[in-house]
Amino acid sequence: MTRPPARLHAFNPPGFAFAVVGLALIITAFNGIDFDLYTIIEGGPRLTRLLGQMWPLNFEALPRLLNSLWITFLMAICGTTLGIAVSLPLVLFAARNLTPHPYIRFVVRAFIALCRTVPDLIWALIFVIVVGLGPVAGALAIMMDSIGFLGKFFSEASEEQDPGPQEAVKAMGGSRLDVAMSVVLPSAMPAFTSDALFAMEKAVRASVILGLVGAGGIGIELKVAIDLFKYETAALIILLIFSLVVSVEQVSNRLRAKIIGGD
Amino acid sequence: MKADDCALKVKSLSLTFANGLKIFDRIDFSVDDGERVAIIGRNGAGKSTLLRASLGMFPQSKSEGEWLYGEPMQNISGRKRRQLLRQVGFVHQRHNLVPRATALTNVVHGAIVRYRPSIRVWNQALAPGYLREEAMDLLERVGLADRALNRASELSGGQSQRVAIARALMQRPRLVIADEPVASLDPVAGEEIMELFSRLVAQQDATLIFVSHDLSHAVRYADRILGVRDGRIDLDCSADAKSIDELASIYGDEDDD
Ligand SMILES: Nc1ncnc2c1ncn2[C@@H]1O[C@H](COP(=O)(O)OP(=O)(O)OP(=O)(O)O)[C@@H](O)[C@H]1O
Ligand SMILES: [Mg+2]
Repeated sequence: MTRPPARLHAFNPPGFAFAVVGLALIITAFNGIDFDLYTIIEGGPRLTRLLGQMWPLNFEALPRLLNSLWITFLMAICGTTLGIAVSLPLVLFAARNLTPHPYIRFVVRAFIALCRTVPDLIWALIFVIVVGLGPVAGALAIMMDSIGFLGKFFSEASEEQDPGPQEAVKAMGGSRLDVAMSVVLPSAMPAFTSDALFAMEKAVRASVILGLVGAGGIGIELKVAIDLFKYETAALIILLIFSLVVSVEQVSNRLRAKIIGGD
Repeated sequence: MKADDCALKVKSLSLTFANGLKIFDRIDFSVDDGERVAIIGRNGAGKSTLLRASLGMFPQSKSEGEWLYGEPMQNISGRKRRQLLRQVGFVHQRHNLVPRATALTNVVHGAIVRYRPSIRVWNQALAPGYLREEAMDLLERVGLADRALNRASELSGGQSQRVAIARALMQRPRLVIADEPVASLDPVAGEEIMELFSRLVAQQDATLIFVSHDLSHAVRYADRILGVRDGRIDLDCSADAKSIDELASIYGDEDDD
């Protein structure tokens, strides 16, 4: 009988070197940013003071804030919708099983990667310059961000589908579009929907921050409140944002469970 | 035999899988127009692969030529290729239905090249009335009219196989290629389907190629029998030339060559 191998592998130099370099990097990192526990502990009282200043909440501006929050939410919806609308056709070129040519796939995937690697805040700055201050710039920034996310995940979902039914439609003379629409789309629909819901959650969180650079929504209210030391208002804004993000996540989780469990 | 008399002809086909297994080395294969051919052979002999490769389903396969009813299938435009493939109703060994689509939608898909614009055959709900009726008719013929709106994933193995057969017939094929079409059917349904194929061939001048492990089916429903072993065509005879016992030798020991 063949005996099982030793539980622990022998000492391996490359692995050891890797661990040493990794450790050195971590130590350098903490030194490099002057990380110092004392400063953090010292800041403790300031945090308590800040929390004290936040109370009682100031509800004076509530109607205006609710409106901003609503705009933030709408911005996220529009951005995600645009992102889905652009990503779905991109799958026809970016997914290995649907692309007409590997070069086309490479170029489209590079574009999707670009959308993803440029941070949403930068997209927002660009669109504020292009279309001016306001929620449209925010929606467009979210669109770019969603393309980066959904373009990748939609394509992967498409590539994961069983090749058999795709081959069947090809063998009966179906075109690439026929394969995509009659086989891949219905088969990958649960994955697509779940990815789109994730994008929506991501967009709601992002849309809060985008306001900081003037791309519409409640973010700018938060910045103004903090800059003017109106912590009672700032606290309310944070609570509002928190409840929006949590409710969107809750709804989205329920829907996702339903879709995935529904088969 | 001229290429034009052939429903399907492949010359010098070679195929090596990505894992390095060389399954075919320059084999020839042809089936006459109107012929009924049974392909037999052990599991893993290469029957399914032969049929799929002769329709060009493996991009890495090489051959000196593939013809469908005399028309070359290599070096042609994608559109032309799709038009040619439309004539072939392929019943895959693994059924290959779209699991989340209904039985009816899967059958309607069979009209994908026949009907333009094909957007209307992506789903039965969009399909023109006469195609829906035709598809229902076929479902009825394979005994599944009451399952039309069930998803393919909700059907049993034999029911899926019957939907796959209906889908192939929906193409109004000139050539039916059926890879073990009755393997998961009960004996009664199996006979019915083989009869259905036979009638189709007789009435519509179609050609039939089917794979079967049931030698009595091979003898009864085919004019010619091909035996595949280890990626070679080891036996090629007329169906009445050999007894079932003699045919069974293709399934015998592999050490006689
Ligand atoms: N994609 C693949 N990659 C590697 N090997 C493969 C692939 N597809 C099939 N094979 C191998 O090729 C051989 C022939 O397979 P094939 O499916 O054609 O057999 P078959 O004659 O149809 O058998 P069965 O009666 O079981 O359906 C098998 O040994 C199989 O393992
Ligand atoms: Mg097989």
